[in-house]
Amino acid sequence: MTQHVKMTLNGQPIEADIEPRLLLVHFIREVANLTGTHIGCDTTSCGACTVQINGVPSKSCTLFAVQMDGEEIRTVEGMEQNGALHPLQEGFYQEHGLQCGFCTPGMLMTAEAFLREHPAPTDDEIRQAIAGNLCRCTGYVNIVKAIQHAAKHIREEQAAPVATAEVTR
Amino acid sequence: MIPDNFSYLAPASLPEVWDALHEHPDDAKILAGGQSLIPLMKFRLANPAYLIDLRHVPDMDTLAERDGALVLGAMVREAALERSPLIQQRYPGIHDASAVVADPLVRNWATVGGNLAHADPANDHPAMMLALGARVVAQSPRGRRELSIDDFLVDTMETALQPDEVLVEIHVPQPAARSGSAYLKLERKVGDYAIAAVGVQLAFDGEVISHAGIGLTNVGPKAIRAQQAEAFLVGKQPSDETVREAARLAAQAADPTADLRGPVEYKRAIVRTLTARALRLAAQRATALA
Amino acid sequence: MTTETTPIRGMGHSVKRKEDPRFLRGKGRYVDDIKLPGMLYMDIVRSPYAHANITRIDASKALALPGVLAVITGKDLDEAGLAWMPTLMGDKQMVLPVDRVVYQAQEVAAVIATERYIAADAITLIEVEYEPLPPVMDPFKALEADSPLVRPDREQKTNHIWHWEAGDAAQTDAIFQQAEVVVKQDLYIPRIHVSSIETCGCVASFDSVEGKLTVYMTTQAPHAIRTVFSLVTGIAEHKIRIVSPDIGGGFGGKVPVYPGYVIASVASLKTGHPVKWIEDRSENLQADSFARDYHISAELAATKDGAMQALRVKTLADHGAFDAAANPSKFPAGLFSVITGSYTLKAAHVEVDGVYTNKPSGGVAYRCSFRVTEAVHTIERMVDTLAQQLGLDPADVRMKNFIQPEAFPYTSPTGWEYDSGNYPAALRKAMEKIDYAGLRQEQAEKRARGELMGIGISTFTEIVGAGPSHTFDILGIKMFDSCEIRVHPTGSVIARIGVQSQGQGHETTFAQIVAEELGLPVENITVEHGDTDTAPYGLGTYASRSTPTAGAATAVAARKIREKARKIAAHLLEANVDDLEWQDYKFQVKGSPGRSVGMKEIAFAAYTNFPSDVEAGLEAVDYYDPPNLTFPFGAYICVVDIDRGTGQVKIRRFVAVDDCGNIINPMIVDGQIHGGLTMGMAPALMEAITYDENGNMQQGTFMEYLLPTAMETPVWETDKTITPSPHHPFGAKGVGESATVGAPPAIANAVVDALSHLGVTHIDIPITPWKVYAILEAHGVAEL
Repeated sequence: MTQHVKMTLNGQPIEADIEPRLLLVHFIREVANLTGTHIGCDTTSCGACTVQINGVPSKSCTLFAVQMDGEEIRTVEGMEQNGALHPLQEGFYQEHGLQCGFCTPGMLMTAEAFLREHPAPTDDEIRQAIAGNLCRCTGYVNIVKAIQHAAKHIREEQAAPVATAEVTR
Repeated sequence: MIPDNFSYLAPASLPEVWDALHEHPDDAKILAGGQSLIPLMKFRLANPAYLIDLRHVPDMDTLAERDGALVLGAMVREAALERSPLIQQRYPGIHDASAVVADPLVRNWATVGGNLAHADPANDHPAMMLALGARVVAQSPRGRRELSIDDFLVDTMETALQPDEVLVEIHVPQPAARSGSAYLKLERKVGDYAIAAVGVQLAFDGEVISHAGIGLTNVGPKAIRAQQAEAFLVGKQPSDETVREAARLAAQAADPTADLRGPVEYKRAIVRTLTARALRLAAQRATALA
Repeated sequence: MTTETTPIRGMGHSVKRKEDPRFLRGKGRYVDDIKLPGMLYMDIVRSPYAHANITRIDASKALALPGVLAVITGKDLDEAGLAWMPTLMGDKQMVLPVDRVVYQAQEVAAVIATERYIAADAITLIEVEYEPLPPVMDPFKALEADSPLVRPDREQKTNHIWHWEAGDAAQTDAIFQQAEVVVKQDLYIPRIHVSSIETCGCVASFDSVEGKLTVYMTTQAPHAIRTVFSLVTGIAEHKIRIVSPDIGGGFGGKVPVYPGYVIASVASLKTGHPVKWIEDRSENLQADSFARDYHISAELAATKDGAMQALRVKTLADHGAFDAAANPSKFPAGLFSVITGSYTLKAAHVEVDGVYTNKPSGGVAYRCSFRVTEAVHTIERMVDTLAQQLGLDPADVRMKNFIQPEAFPYTSPTGWEYDSGNYPAALRKAMEKIDYAGLRQEQAEKRARGELMGIGISTFTEIVGAGPSHTFDILGIKMFDSCEIRVHPTGSVIARIGVQSQGQGHETTFAQIVAEELGLPVENITVEHGDTDTAPYGLGTYASRSTPTAGAATAVAARKIREKARKIAAHLLEANVDDLEWQDYKFQVKGSPGRSVGMKEIAFAAYTNFPSDVEAGLEAVDYYDPPNLTFPFGAYICVVDIDRGTGQVKIRRFVAVDDCGNIINPMIVDGQIHGGLTMGMAPALMEAITYDENGNMQQGTFMEYLLPTAMETPVWETDKTITPSPHHPFGAKGVGESATVGAPPAIANAVVDALSHLGVTHIDIPITPWKVYAILEAHGVAEL
């Protein structure tokens, strides 16, 4: 009944015997115990469950974990590097791009992949890119600003590397 | 929402897919991108005992022009279509359609083959493929056959694929020198199925339309070819009056039902509006390309 | 660590949020993130029928499934006296039905299993036989004599629940009889659903040794829930602990007690294990409480030159099968009587009749302070209707009828005392910002070319901060709120509050209040909420009440601490208490600015060197009973363009000028307004819940219930005026819901304005493209 899968999750190998019907989002939350990835709908509508699979943002409630054998998965928990927040996390913090925080991990996953391909986006392009991620709190205005904040930071960093500020309490 | 149990099969070749289909003729489902199938399974509206994932079958993601046709492997992702310069430049109607399938995240997994084989009249590619006169390639242990998109689409959620056949490729005739295509969709919000959508292709001989293709989304039991409108356009210049009459004929071809996306008369009106706009856009693109 | 020079950053600073670092790292702790040892999972069988008798429930196949530990039905609960529970409105509600279901997706039975997936399998194995009954779906038909009864359990054999009215009927009627102009309009404000991205759920854990029930729950009001739980279960209140962890959006939908919470608690008592229940989205949409659903008939009397005189309103309120609205007890129609809005009227009379139908409970808020959205939509549409009938500019009519700044405090015809306001200033600011005159000119030019563009205004008055104990209670519990502050020896602080954030940023804003009042850096202040074992009793967060009530309590508690600190300061400065003044965040001897001592030093002294007549320690608690409600307001202007080929409405610009009194954190206030505007736009253009005649709910997923994405949401332009509340300790008013309340009529008015030259006077929300297109076609202006 169960099947063995082996994948990389935020750079760490993980393997488990699972039912084929186990949704990827439940694998991440219940097997790997990474609860930053959320569930908001059942119809591939809201994007709260967005993770990256080989760098591609994907709705993990509409994939089976068994499909992920051998793949590289990245979740919000994998964004922080060496104690420094990713510029997007910093951007959301600075621009008040989140309120209840429930959609935020999915937004970050989508935005991170987007900025890799669109380092200097227009606001409209950002809105198109996040159209698969619903937010009920922010009205999106500050999310767009947050992503622009990050894009600017990343461009500047690539031009002249500087230390990433850390969000502290 | 939790799907029922099933066995997962990940064949590495087409013959292995056929073997699996042969072994489980009644209770296996092919998994392409899964963006329609998996939600159905979560609601337990689809309960296959075996899920045959095509993802590891080689050569299913071709995206190239070959022998006078655009060849699309069945597993080409919507996102790949959307980003392909070839598609953008030479097949703008396909680009338009791929860019309005669900949302950007769904498009990272959804496939053009799945979009066609699912045969949901609300899906976007069937109508565009009708307009483009696409042909569908199916393969089985019995061999390979090509059928027109018109013959492929049988009814709501029903195609001409035989139980042992797998949709492997879609062939779209290369555009004529002076031609243009477009797909316009009206949706209640991004990510929604169409209230109605229209795909068109126009080819010109000088100033005159030499060929017209028009397909309609979500206004009938399956994607509809607006034959009368197509026939009306051939031999005419795309004047305002001609476009309006073609749009009226296309609206007549629509066979919508009232639902949460609006009443019947509204949907017909939208077909008319979108047909007119898509024809103008396709004509403009043809001029730009020429 | 902070130093003496660390800035305080109290009131008025856009302090970055203290809660964000955990959310940004995926370290938020929402209910579904909680995993307890031995935890079981619950799933629920729901009714496919809106109205039916249950003739048989056979759970044997489910119970035979390995991993299934129990099945709970209404009969099981009935034996324990738990099949029904009280609602917050004095009605009662089924937890699980014994023999009859009264709405589609109602809970019928619950399965408890070792795994989530097994519980999901098991519910498909429970066989339920129903005998369908005719459903009551139309509230007007529900009142007809031959209508089937939704609630035969009641003594009153009618679907009528209550009649409620406010204002002076005789005086209103007299004005109408004499009126030069009367405009009349029927409006339907459809049923909508808050759809926070996190659904509802809980983890109930009964400790049989301690006899204590702990429930982690998606609730906006943990203390009230604890009291209800104690009343329902008979468990002593100190043996119940409700913990509201991080909440993924509430908007009113997480105020009620849902059956699932109670069943999961019973399941934990029964099995001795923690039990988790998390709704899926369809359960959330189909069965949780709804907002709005008001059928309104309004009349406005005025003079020929547009002076408004009287308002007469009759309303049918569809409350579904149980009156489980989350309103203050004395207000079955919430604060709907604020319907006279921002205008001086001589008289008003408002009537509302509540009706039962075979739908889930209605009457919770959707980011709206108790029916104010319905009221504001009505009055703001009526003002426009009047202007249109008289051929006057809607901005002029508003200016003419505004309650003037010098008229505050102003007593409305329905008895509310508005605390403060400056309506003309807000409208003028909005008009300047959007270039109202220029837009009118553009509109005239476009109209001449056949293009459709509309400008809509909404100048709303909110009523928030429930509320004063003489009038406001829920289940008899007065609607005060609370704060408890402890200053630690080294000058850091913990403040615990009775309200519950669901994204509003209380951990930040309440720390700013404490920082401002005590002169301690905001970094050194921790705010805690949501645990009934530790937080002081409060009524929770909804109806924009947190800042007006608990925010006030926080300031007052801090001021109590400051008074004690004054004595310690006098001791430290060897000065007389009366000679000290609080200046620049420290106590100083009057006339000797050099002789001063700050709170950090005082805090240390409170534990190490306090005067003999003063107790050790530095803490205080306050239960704040507000003297009045607060009345935030705003002026919104919306510009729309209409596609003549599709009927689609596009919001081109939307300017929102809000006044919520003094502001704690401008960044957070802006964010609240952005979100509120989006939740105002959604029901104006997209969201609505409908039922077919068989009682089938038609928007059971996010495929059909249309939450706006970033693509439908315009770029909101915000601005503000500041008119402090005269009675609030720091002049604040509350802001969370202003925009949800104010936005829909601005949008509706804009669309009607775009079509007004065709004779269109009203369109009910949601303004779908097909509604607009039908109008275009009827008037021959659709693009062909």
